[in-house]
Amino acid sequence: MHGLLSLLIWLPIAAGVLVLVLGDRNIVIARWLALLASLATLALSVPLWRGFDASTSALQFLEKVPWIARFNAYYGLGVDGIALPLIALTAFMTVPVIIAAWTVIEKRAAQYYAAFLIMEGLMIGVFSATDALLFYFFWEAMLIPMFLIIGIWGGQRRVYATIKFFLYTFLGSVFMLAALIYMYVKGGSYSIADLQALPLTLTEQRWIFFAFFLAFAVKVPMWPVHTWLPDAHVEAPTGGSVILAAVMLKMGGYGFLRFSLPITPDACRELDLLVISLSLIAVVYIGFVALVQQDMKKLIAYSSIAHMGFVTLGAFIVYQIVRATGGGVGAGMGLDGAMVQMISHGLISGALFLCVGVLYDRMHSRQIADYGGVINTMPVFAGFLVLFCLANTGLPGTSGFVGEFLVIIASFRASFWYAFLAAVTLVLGAAYTLWMVKRVVFGPVTSPRVAALKDLNGREFLILGVLALAVIGLGVWPEPLLRVLQPTIHHLVSQAIATKL
Amino acid sequence: MPDNLMTWSTLAPATAEISLALAICVVLLVDVFAGARRGLTPTLTLLAVAVCAALTVEFSHVAERTVILQGMYVADQLAFVLKLVGFLVVAVVLLYSRSYLEERGILRGEYYVLALSALLGIFVLISANNLLTVYLGVELLALSVYALVAFDRDSGVSAEAAMKYFVLGAIASGALLYGMSLLYGLTGTLDLGEIAVRLSGPMSLGVILGLAFIVVAVAFKLGAVPFHMWLPDVYEGAPTSVTLFIGTVPKIAYFALALRLLAQGLPGASLEWTQMLTPLAVLTLVVGNVVAIVQTNLKRMLAYSTIANVGFIILGFVAGTADGYSAALYYTLVYVLAALGSFGVILLASRKGFEADKLDDYKGLHQRDPMLALAMMLLMFSTAGVPPLVGFWAKLRIFQALWETHHLWLVIIAAAMSVVGAYYYLRVIKLMYFDDAPAGLPAPAPAPGVRLALGVNAAAALALGLLPGPLLNLCARLLH
Repeated sequence: MHGLLSLLIWLPIAAGVLVLVLGDRNIVIARWLALLASLATLALSVPLWRGFDASTSALQFLEKVPWIARFNAYYGLGVDGIALPLIALTAFMTVPVIIAAWTVIEKRAAQYYAAFLIMEGLMIGVFSATDALLFYFFWEAMLIPMFLIIGIWGGQRRVYATIKFFLYTFLGSVFMLAALIYMYVKGGSYSIADLQALPLTLTEQRWIFFAFFLAFAVKVPMWPVHTWLPDAHVEAPTGGSVILAAVMLKMGGYGFLRFSLPITPDACRELDLLVISLSLIAVVYIGFVALVQQDMKKLIAYSSIAHMGFVTLGAFIVYQIVRATGGGVGAGMGLDGAMVQMISHGLISGALFLCVGVLYDRMHSRQIADYGGVINTMPVFAGFLVLFCLANTGLPGTSGFVGEFLVIIASFRASFWYAFLAAVTLVLGAAYTLWMVKRVVFGPVTSPRVAALKDLNGREFLILGVLALAVIGLGVWPEPLLRVLQPTIHHLVSQAIATKL
Repeated sequence: MPDNLMTWSTLAPATAEISLALAICVVLLVDVFAGARRGLTPTLTLLAVAVCAALTVEFSHVAERTVILQGMYVADQLAFVLKLVGFLVVAVVLLYSRSYLEERGILRGEYYVLALSALLGIFVLISANNLLTVYLGVELLALSVYALVAFDRDSGVSAEAAMKYFVLGAIASGALLYGMSLLYGLTGTLDLGEIAVRLSGPMSLGVILGLAFIVVAVAFKLGAVPFHMWLPDVYEGAPTSVTLFIGTVPKIAYFALALRLLAQGLPGASLEWTQMLTPLAVLTLVVGNVVAIVQTNLKRMLAYSTIANVGFIILGFVAGTADGYSAALYYTLVYVLAALGSFGVILLASRKGFEADKLDDYKGLHQRDPMLALAMMLLMFSTAGVPPLVGFWAKLRIFQALWETHHLWLVIIAAAMSVVGAYYYLRVIKLMYFDDAPAGLPAPAPAPGVRLALGVNAAAALALGLLPGPLLNLCARLLH
C-alpha cells in the first residue's frame, strides 16, 4: 500500500495537533481521540508487517518526494528488517501509555496526549527515514515533546532532569549533523544509501565515527555518557519513562546499525574494542550500580543501561568474530541478538515502568523501602511484576532470554572472556531485580499504606496483560521476528565487514 | 552623456528611496498639522509603507545589476529583495509597537518619521556602490536610531543608553571614515567596483591598515565581540518597541554593509579580512552564548543572543565564498524573523506600568496566555536551531559553508556553542511552561490584530522549517 509509512507518521501527529486544539475543555473527546489515533496507528502497522517481504534486505514501502532541491534532500521513507520491528514497537507501546494516563493525568491532560501522539509520529519518522537529513530532522524534533513531557508532568527535580536530557542529546546530535553535512559536501547526497556507499579515507572515517558515536552513545546510553538517563527516568511521568526506555533508547542502537557500521566500517573495525569495552563496563559496572539503588525507577533505569550494553556489544562483536574465526560465518548472530534485545527490552522495560507507575499512582512513592508485602494486597499485580522482573533477568521462555542468549553465544565465538563478562549480567541482573522483588512484593505487609492498597483495575490489567502476552510470546516463539531480521542483518554484516579503503 | 541626465527612467531603480523620502515628508507634514488626531500618523505610516513597497515592486525591479547616479548607486536583485524585506519588517515593527507607545504616552509622530528615515538609511546602504554612499547610509541609519533610543525622554535609562550608543557609534563611524580615506588614498577612487579592480595581487600594509579599520567598523555595527559593549545596554535601555526596531531591520542593513564593503568591494583582500573575521567570529560566539546564560533580564539576554547569532552570520563571511554569503543572508533573514517575534512577545506581555522584561515575568506565561507562550516557545526553539523550526536550516547552511571551505575547527566550535546557546533558550521555555505563575502579574494585552501578526510570525518560523526550499533557493540565487 503506497503512502502507508507517511500515514503512520502523520496520522498520530495530525491527531496530536487536533487533541491540542480540543484542549482540556473537551478532554473526554480529546482522550478518546488520542486512544483511537494510537489504536489506528497500531492497526496500520499490521498491514506494514504483513506486506513486508522478509526474503530480501531491500528497503520496502518506498516513498520518495523531492523535499529540498538545493540540498538534494528527499522526503524519503522506507523500511527494512531493522526498521520494521522498531516501528511496530513504537506503535505498540504508545497505546498503553495513552491508556495508562486515562484517569491519572489531570493537569493539562490534552497536551499530555498530544505530546505523546506527536512524538509517536516523529519516532516512526526516525525509523523510516531513508534520507539522512530527514532522519536528523525527526531525530531532533523528537526532543521537543520529550523535553515538555518531563518538564511539565515530571517530579520534583524535573527541570534539572529535562534540561540535562535535552542538552546531552543535543550535544551528541549536533556533531552527528556536522558529520552528515561533511559527507554531503563530499558526496553531494543525503540519501543514507549513498552515504553508505561513499568512499572515505580512514582518517575521515575516524572523525565521522566519533561524531556518530557521540550522538548514538548518548542516546543508548553507554557508560560514561549515561548519567542523564537515571535523572530523566526518575523525574519523567510514567508515560515519559515508558517511551524513553521502550523506544527512544533504541534509536541509539538503530543509529549504530544504520549509520556507524555501514558508513564507517573501517573505523568501526579499528575502534571496536573501545565500544566493546564500554559495553562490558555498562553490563558489569552498571549492574553493580543498579544493585544499590533505593528508588525503583532508578533501578530500572540502570538496568536499562546494562541491557542496552548488550545491544552495543552485539553490534560490534562482529569484528571480533571475524578476527577470531577468519570469516563472516555466524557474525550476524550478535546483530540478531542486538535487535531482539532492543525489541524485548522495549517491551520489558516499558512494562516495568508501567508497574512502577501503578504503584506510584497509589502510594506516591518510588522508594523500595516504602513497600513490602505488596503481594498480600495486590496479588494480581504482584504476579505481573514478578513475571516482568523475571523476564528482565533473562528467564528462558521470556523475550529477555532470546536476545541475551544470542549475544552471549556470539561473544563466545569471539572470545571466552567477552562471553564470561557478558554472562555476569545474568547473575547481576537476577540479583538486583529479584532483590527488588523480594523487598517490594514479598514478605509481610510493612506499613498501613501498603495494607490499604487496591489491586489492579480493569484498565491496568488490560495493558499489563497485553504486554505480558507479548513478552512471553516473543520468548517462546521469536521466529517471526528473527525471520524478518535475517536478510537485512545478513546484508548489514557484509557491509560492516567490507572495507571502504 | 546621456546617463548623466536624470530622467525618470534612469532613476526608476531607485523608486524605493525616492518614494520613501517623499513619504517621510508627507508623514512629517501631516503629523505637524493633524497630529492631534493620534490615530492618524500610525495608520498613515503603514499606508505609506504599503504604497512605497507597491511602487518599488512596480518600478524598481531590475533584471540584472544596474548602476546609476554616476556609479554611486547600484540596483540588483539582492537590493530589491532586501528592500522589500525591509518594508515588511518595518511594517510589522510599527504594528507591534503602537499600543506599547500609546500606553506609555509616547505615541508621537516623530517616532514614525524616525523609523522611516532609518529605513531610508538602510535602503541607501543596501544599494551603495561607493564609499560615500555607504557612509551616507550608515550615518542616516545611525542618527535616526540614536534619536529613537532616546525617544522616551523622561527615562534616564533610555537617555543613558542613547548617549552610550551615540558616543561609541561615533567612534565606529570615525574608524569607518578613516579606513575609507586610507583606501581612497591608496587607490584613488571611491567607487567600490573600481577599488575591487585596483586592489589585486599582494596587499600593501596601507591597504591592510585601512581594511582593519573597516572591519572594526563593520564589527561594531554588527555587534561582534570585542566591539559589542554598546549592544546589551542599548537593547535593555531603549523602550521595548525601539529594541524591537534596532534588533531586526538594521541587521539586514549591516549584512549589506559587510557584503558591499568586504565581499564585493575588497574581494582581492578576502584572505586578509577572513583572517581578521575568524577570531572575531569565535570570540563573538563564545562571549555571546556564555554571557547570555547569566542574564536575568530578557531584553538583555536577547541582546547577548543577538551577539551570538551575529557570530554565526560572520562565520558565513569567514567562509568567503558565494555560498558562505548566501548562508549569511539566509541566517540574517531567519534571525530577523525570530527576533521580530520574540521582541513582539515582550511588547504584548507588557502593560502600562509593567515592563515584562525580567525573565521572572514570564513565569507560568502558559497559564496566563497560552497563545503567547506557544509563539514564544516556537521562536525560542527556532533561535536555538532545533528542527522542525527554521533556525535549524540557518545553522545547517552555515555549517555547510564552513565544511565547503574546510574549516574543521570552526565547525566544532560553532556546534559546541549552539549547544551552550540552547540552554538559555530552554530556560525561557522552562519559565513559561514548567513554572507556576506568581500572583499579581497582569494579563497580557488582548490586541487581536497584533496577536494575529504574531501568530503568523511564529507559524512562518514553523512553515519555513518544514519546507525551507523556497527561501534557501532565493538566498542562493541572490548571491551567486
